[in-house]
Amino acid sequence: MKKLLIPALLSALLAACSTTPLPEDGGAPVESRSGAGTGVAPVTAGGLDASGLPRELTDPKSKLSQRSIYFDLDKYEVKDEYKDLVAAHAKYLTANKGFKVLLQGNTDERGSREYNLSLGQKRAEAVKRSLTLLGVKDDQIESVSLGEEKPKNPGHDEAAWSENRRADILYKAPDGRGEF
Amino acid sequence: MNAMSRISRRVFLALALFSAGLAQAQLSIEITGAGANRIPVAIVDFPGDPTASRVITATVRSDLERSGLFKLVDHGGLAFDENAPINHADWKSKGADALAAGSIGRSADGRMEARFRLYDSQKGVSLGGAAYVTSNTQLRAAGHRIADYIYEKLTGEKGVFSTRIAYVVKARGQFLLQIADSDGQNAATALTSAEPIISPAWSPDGSKLAYVSFEKKKPVIYVHSLASGQRIIVANFKGSNSAPAWSPDGRKLAIVLSKDGNSQLYTVNADGSGLQRITQSSGIDTEPRYAADGGSIFFTSDRGGSPQIYQVGAGGGEARRVTFEGSYNVSPRPAPDGKSLAFITRREGRFQLAVMDLASRQVQVLSDSNKDESPSFAPNSRMILIATEIGGRGVLSAVSSDGRIKQRLTVAAGDVREPAWGPYYQ
Repeated sequence: MKKLLIPALLSALLAACSTTPLPEDGGAPVESRSGAGTGVAPVTAGGLDASGLPRELTDPKSKLSQRSIYFDLDKYEVKDEYKDLVAAHAKYLTANKGFKVLLQGNTDERGSREYNLSLGQKRAEAVKRSLTLLGVKDDQIESVSLGEEKPKNPGHDEAAWSENRRADILYKAPDGRGEF
Repeated sequence: MNAMSRISRRVFLALALFSAGLAQAQLSIEITGAGANRIPVAIVDFPGDPTASRVITATVRSDLERSGLFKLVDHGGLAFDENAPINHADWKSKGADALAAGSIGRSADGRMEARFRLYDSQKGVSLGGAAYVTSNTQLRAAGHRIADYIYEKLTGEKGVFSTRIAYVVKARGQFLLQIADSDGQNAATALTSAEPIISPAWSPDGSKLAYVSFEKKKPVIYVHSLASGQRIIVANFKGSNSAPAWSPDGRKLAIVLSKDGNSQLYTVNADGSGLQRITQSSGIDTEPRYAADGGSIFFTSDRGGSPQIYQVGAGGGEARRVTFEGSYNVSPRPAPDGKSLAFITRREGRFQLAVMDLASRQVQVLSDSNKDESPSFAPNSRMILIATEIGGRGVLSAVSSDGRIKQRLTVAAGDVREPAWGPYYQ
């Protein structure tokens, strides 16, 4: 048991430290210094992927790589089945205050484009509310809408429409690299 | 510039070069419904430079026929100029109510000039004529002006043949904001983007387009000067920025921002300064459009539980509900003549164009289709352009305010959407 416990503790400690990507030039930004206060920018063993984000956010095996929250027709509240996912993202963001997210709300294609833009906004806002209630800072989050303009599924039936009623979470690292 | 934007800039340039071919894409127009009592008119060939004559008379004939209000009477290959004596009885017996004759000559200072005269064949009198200076590159424009003149003399309303329309084409993964003549010719691309473009809106003087672009991964409002290609960001507040609408004096834009929570109406100056909030509701307020006199703004709101159309003073204040039939009435478009309001209504799941007479508040559903959106009035208030879908493709449809005249506008290799009819030629 003990043999497993120490590596588990170590990896928990590493996960708790802010994962700072290698800066392109100059030193690490102040807000991403590790709690150890030694002035050395820590890098997780997992490293970064091509977008400049830690693999924890992009590796398909990681829960945080799941970025979509789906909504029922005419509904704008986060369903219970997504509460754990939202909580996992909230936990990451509260532990890594230098990271920012862009929440993009979407709708299916039916109806006015501009009204759908506003409905998509409600979905992004619902996810934002859940995150801020769990302690994420307001200035780490921007909620926007893509309305019906960028469907995940271009089909014209309920199966397609249900894939498009969603909010997506995009990440940006403290050095500005990332998905937006 | 970080790696991500370096890569996306390269992709954008590659797409822009590729789209140079698409920029030539023509908008094709076919008539699918005509007016009840079309005026029979004959347009003879015009003596003078044969190419110029051919282009100009073809433009006049096609404009008048496409309007759905005229029926062309066979001119029998005849050509005579605006000073030739006319055998009116002859033309009357061929079924013509009106006849236009003209010529291509030179103006006093040596430039090419198109001259014509319009006759009432029933009464055997001249209704007037004009001369327009033109050139080899402006022949269609001269034809449009002649058609406008004939249209106005015979119907009493201003013609829109010299106007332009803006629209968005989605093709091969790109979005193009294009502007074409109202007959679909001379399409030019104002903006090419890898991300969606929606809600184009013409400035009242026709020199600029406001629109919403998603190139920054969120909706941002731009104002784009057409001649120079220069554009400015008018609204990029935190959250979504959308639905720009010009005030009739061209000084302000009504816009929709989500920066304070739900979508609400604001106004800004055309340069983006001077933000003012106009509505304060607990629901979504969107799709503002100034009434023709600039004194009020029509908009869509679901503050009452379902999306309906409301009207509020241009500076804000108490809003009055305008639509009461059905549970989904959106996209208000007040007519330029102030007499009616076009909008989209959902009836039994089908999204259709409707028009409300503002005096009687009577509503007439004008279309028979399922997916109408984004209505736009022609400046003479007679025709309404909408985006719709036929056979799974995005097309534009133009319908007259009485529902009789119908035209379909398509692009060869893509979906067309988001039409905006430009102002009168200035």
